[in-house]
Amino acid sequence: MVPTKRNAVVDQAVCVACGCCVKVCSLSAIQILHGLYANVDSARCVGCGKCVRECPASVIHLKEVAR
Amino acid sequence: MKRKHWYDYLWIVSAVYLILGFFNILFAWLGLLCFFIPLILSLTTGQKSYCNRYCGRGQLFSLLGGRFGLSRRHDIPGWMKSKVFRYGFLVFFFVMFFLMLWNTYLVFADVKSLSQVVTLLWTFRLPWHWAYHGTLFSPGVAQFAFGFYSVMLTSTVLGLVTMVLFKPRSWCVYCPMGTMTQLICKAKNSTSSK
Repeated sequence: MVPTKRNAVVDQAVCVACGCCVKVCSLSAIQILHGLYANVDSARCVGCGKCVRECPASVIHLKEVAR
Repeated sequence: MKRKHWYDYLWIVSAVYLILGFFNILFAWLGLLCFFIPLILSLTTGQKSYCNRYCGRGQLFSLLGGRFGLSRRHDIPGWMKSKVFRYGFLVFFFVMFFLMLWNTYLVFADVKSLSQVVTLLWTFRLPWHWAYHGTLFSPGVAQFAFGFYSVMLTSTVLGLVTMVLFKPRSWCVYCPMGTMTQLICKAKNSTSSK
């Protein structure tokens, strides 16, 4: 069985790049790329879900990904 | 807990700006900073650093809706985050803004006299004469202040309503400045990657 972990995943097509998720992430695992959308550094993300709750557009979800 | 920076307190500036408009409408001119700084930042750096760091209004909403709990924290409806609505709202905002500039011009040109009202939600004309104590320049200067303060107050009220209904910073989803700076970043990114 492949070991998995929870990760925040951004629907970048509808992300407004406001940066609320960046502010709330205690591990600095999210960045806004070129003012276009948020991008999660999956190596740093522990899937705590803070950004999911914060996102005003609700475009971040938690997903099981391969470790 | 992340360390706080000076720019995490810009919500105070936003709040003070709104309050000053109740005392002297000419302070409304300062609001132009909220128009020019995001545009200049996105044009020069290709980032939405204004939204990401410096937007005092966003901070105010996240304080009121988050810390003070004045938000239901529901998901924003899908149509409100659609491109059609965001771009449509930007265009609508632009049209209303240019109508306001046109009215200002008419006062400058002595075609119309100064109207001491703040128009809320593009509809409700609130008497605002108590905040007008004359101007050293043309009455057009004051007309722009009334018009611009109307824009700022209207967008704050809309933001407060969606803050209560949806997530605290749901204004950010359809904020015309945010949409415009994102478009600038898109344009900059597509030309620089060619």
